[in-house]
Formats: sequence, structure tokens, C-alpha cells
Amino acid sequence: MKRFVLHVLFGFGLLLQFSTAYAQSQNRSLSEQEIETRARDVGRSLRCVVCQNQSIDESDAPLAGDMRQIVRTQIRAGKSNEDVLDFMQNRYGDYVLLKPPVQRNTYVLWFAPFVILFVFVMWYALVLRRKPQAPVVEPLSNDEREHFNNLTSETSTDKAL
Amino acid sequence: MKFTLKGFLPLIIFLALGAALALGLTKDPRLMPSQMIDKPFPEFALTDLYEPDSILTNADMTGQVTLVNVFGSWCVSCNVEHPKLMQLARSGSVDIWGIDWRDEREKGKNWLAARGNPYTRIIFDPDSVLSIDLGVTGAPESFIIDQQGQIRYKHVGIITDDIWDDILWPVIATLEAEG
Repeated sequence: MKRFVLHVLFGFGLLLQFSTAYAQSQNRSLSEQEIETRARDVGRSLRCVVCQNQSIDESDAPLAGDMRQIVRTQIRAGKSNEDVLDFMQNRYGDYVLLKPPVQRNTYVLWFAPFVILFVFVMWYALVLRRKPQAPVVEPLSNDEREHFNNLTSETSTDKAL
Repeated sequence: MKFTLKGFLPLIIFLALGAALALGLTKDPRLMPSQMIDKPFPEFALTDLYEPDSILTNADMTGQVTLVNVFGSWCVSCNVEHPKLMQLARSGSVDIWGIDWRDEREKGKNWLAARGNPYTRIIFDPDSVLSIDLGVTGAPESFIIDQQGQIRYKHVGIITDDIWDDILWPVIATLEAEG
């Protein structure tokens, strides 16, 4: 009986080992290649916070290197790309995202170009639709007519001379 | 000559744009509002600079108002800040913790040996694990932590006499009075 119990326990032990091995192989479905591609992908959309306008993917700053490392660690731990971006945003603010999120304080940034485009298209359409008007010709007043006659007669006499 | 509003439109647009851009130039893009204010100090488990075998965690820190100062032996500005921290440590007005950031253990220890150690405990963070959790961008940087372990203030740059007297000490005094 004792032996039987031992066997059963041994069997359970084996099962447990197999199952953890299986779980590990499931985990390993994320290949190094995949981790690398995703880490670089995330890295390209994260701003290096000490070098103004580079992503951490292209920066040589030591802090960017450490951030790349943390991105890799988190992806390896099974976090999604969005999780990693959220993690960085929670610590460094919107500033760390190279693509600004669409939210109340960035509405102007995102929509102003379209508003301006719309306004100009409308303005242009209005200008085009305006019918060309024939110029209004007012007849010359008496004074003007006299002046005109004087001028023309002068030139004609000039010519005659 | 007739002055119409329409004629002035380009000038008005130019001035408005100029004003907006000039305003933008006065802002320091390196000054970022800290995301960490009023959040709990991040969880950490890192070694003590002087005791590579002992692990420091949040539990070691809470209970009193603490000034957490990020430094490194490589950090030039920290040299400038150091005498002020020594003075604060001598006065005993606040508990100062250090985070030795991106450093080598020996270099960090030597740096302190040469200048004196103002810190109660020093967290050794060679891989920026805690520093990135804190949203640190450069050294020196200082955080004020309250009795409950919440971050209440962040100062980027050197702690000068003025900054201590006008900003940091009032915050600490208020927190100590609250607790």
C-alpha cells in the first residue's frame, strides 16, 4: 500500500513536471526574433527623454539604452506593446510618446490643419461661385465731356501742325 | 487711401502667429510636469550601495518624510549640489535617501568617501530600474516622499539654498506637520 501511494505520488510529480515544461514551451512561443521586432517597434514610438527629438530606438543616450532594456524585459514577460507604452506614459507623461495622443489638449494640434483647409476650400468655392459682373459704365458728366473734347481736339490740331 | 480691416488681415495673422510662437519659445521643453506626484513611491527591491547582499524595499523607507535624491559619481551637477545635502544632513531637518544611478559600486563609494555621505540609506540602481519607474530624466533629481510613502514633490536639478528655503523646506514642513 505504501509503495502504491509512493508510485502515485511519483506519477503526480512526473505529470507536474510535464505540465510546467509544457507551460514553459507555451511561454517560449515568443521567439527572440519576435521580441526584438516588437521591442524595436515600441522603441520607435518612444521619445528619448534626454535628447529631445530622437526615439529611444535611435538614441545613443545611456537612459535610452536602459529604456530599451526595460521594453524588452516587459515584452518578454508577456506584456502587449500598448502595455509597455502605457507604462512609459505613466512615468514620463505624454511627452514620451512620439505620436501625441488625441485628447482634449491636443485637439488643436490634430484638427487645426483640417479646419484651416476647410475654411480655405469654402472661401475658394465662394470666390469661384461669385458671378463675374459686367463693369458699370456711368456716362460722362457735362464737364468731363467738355474736357475730353478739348483734349481730343488739341491732339488733332497738334497732328495737323 | 482707405484702411479696411481686410487689408490688415495678413498683418494681424502674422502678429498672432508671432505671439504664439514667441510664447512657445519661453517654455523650457526639458521641464516636464512629473507624472508621479501624489502616486505611491514605486515598488523596488534593490541592493544597498554599501551592502551588496542586503535588499532595500519600500518597507524600509516609509514612516517618515523622506527626501530621495538621485545622484551618480559621473554626475557633474551632483558635485555642486553635494555640499547642500551635507549641510541638510548635519542639520537633521529631513531624512535623505540616495539613489546611486547608473553607477559602478566602487566609483559610487569612492565618490562619497571623498566628499562625505549625506544619505541615510543608498539604493544602488545601476540599470535604471527604479529610476525609470520614477520617471527620472537626469541627475540630480529629488523627490519628497510623505509618511505614507506617496510622492508629494519632485525637483529637477540642483538643490540650491533658494530652492530649499522657498520650495522644498516649506513642502517638507507642511508634510511633517500633517503627519
